[in-house]
This record gives sequence, structure tokens and C-alpha cells, in this order.
Amino acid sequence: MGLLLFGVAKDIAGAAMISFPATATDVAALKEWLYENYPPLRQLSSLMIAVNREYAADSQLIHAGDEVAVIPPVSGG
Amino acid sequence: MDTLIAIKDTVTVQEALDFIQAPECGGEVIFTGTVRNHTKGRGVAKLFYECYEAMALSEMHKIAARVQEQWDIHKLVILHAIGDKYPGDIAVVIAVASAHRGIAFDACEFTIDTLKETVPIWKKEFFTDGEIGN
Repeated sequence: MGLLLFGVAKDIAGAAMISFPATATDVAALKEWLYENYPPLRQLSSLMIAVNREYAADSQLIHAGDEVAVIPPVSGG
Repeated sequence: MDTLIAIKDTVTVQEALDFIQAPECGGEVIFTGTVRNHTKGRGVAKLFYECYEAMALSEMHKIAARVQEQWDIHKLVILHAIGDKYPGDIAVVIAVASAHRGIAFDACEFTIDTLKETVPIWKKEFFTDGEIGN
């Protein structure tokens, strides 16, 4: 599964897109996988996951073909 | 309510002003966010803005929908710039037009505050001392 990264999360991962294992079938499991593999993400004040361009709750399921993105704290304006 | 929502390399106050002109409106409020030359006492050389464009536009449209629910606004403009921006450059323009000024001020403040909370746009700070921050 492909994961889009932006902002500081992209810097931490060193890529704008990474693969994550299909065993991460919901947002909570994906976040846990991210924290294990990219520990500096724990330092962020928040880490949201977007599924199909919508902010997703931890319980949301991730399906093959979903557009999944890591959203570090936003800072527009 | 008519809306103009865009993310692009350069945004101007004039395009927002042109859009919100309406004979039924007597109150026009425009907020511009410009790049400051310092952050917490450190000199800023430039900012680099990036976004998750499809989602950012979707979130901007959600803000517009919430404005429309809460206030009787005729025109709403939300423009955000991306790429390298230098002190004095405009990063964001919010423009609101309504019959009277009160709700235009309220809607304008709500729009910029909500944008900063929910719209996936990020800025990287390039300080004058050579450091880079997020």
C-alpha cells in the first residue's frame, strides 16, 4: 500500500511516498507502524491520517486502493 | 453564496476584490496574511509552502460550506499561495462580502482561523542564520 507524506513527515521518512504493510488494516495500526518505523514522528504535536482526502479516525478501516496520507500539524496562512 | 477558492503560485488582493464586488453588498472585509521577516526573535529569509492540493481544496470548500450555514454572506474568496515566499509576499487572502459589515468580519475571522486548523498546507521556515525549521 502506498502512503503519501507531507511537510515534516516527508522529511522524517525521507520520501514523499512510502509503502506500508497490508497488515495495517486500520488507521490505528498504520499509526503504530509509522511510530515504530519512524520514531521521530512521535515528537510531533499531532499526527493525522487522511483516507481518500478526509481526516480519518483511528478506527477507520483502510482498503486496497484507498488514497492514504500522513498529515503532520498544518501551518498554512 | 459565490465562492472563489484557489491554491496557486501567486495570489493577489486585486483578484479577490474584483470577485467580491456586488451591488447588494456594502460590507467587504479582506484579510491578507503576509510573510513576516521574523519568528520568535529569529530572522526569516523565506518560507516554503507546500500542500496536499486535492485535500486542501476539499477542506477549503468545507469551510465555505460552514460559512454559508452560519452567515448571510454573498461572496467568499479563499486564496492560498504555495512555493517560495519572501518577507512581504502575500501567502493567503480571505475576502468576504455581505450586505453589512458585522457578519463579514465574523466570517472572515472564522475562515482564516479554520484554515489554519484544518487545511493541509505546510510551511518550512528558512532562517537568516541558515537553519531550516518546520
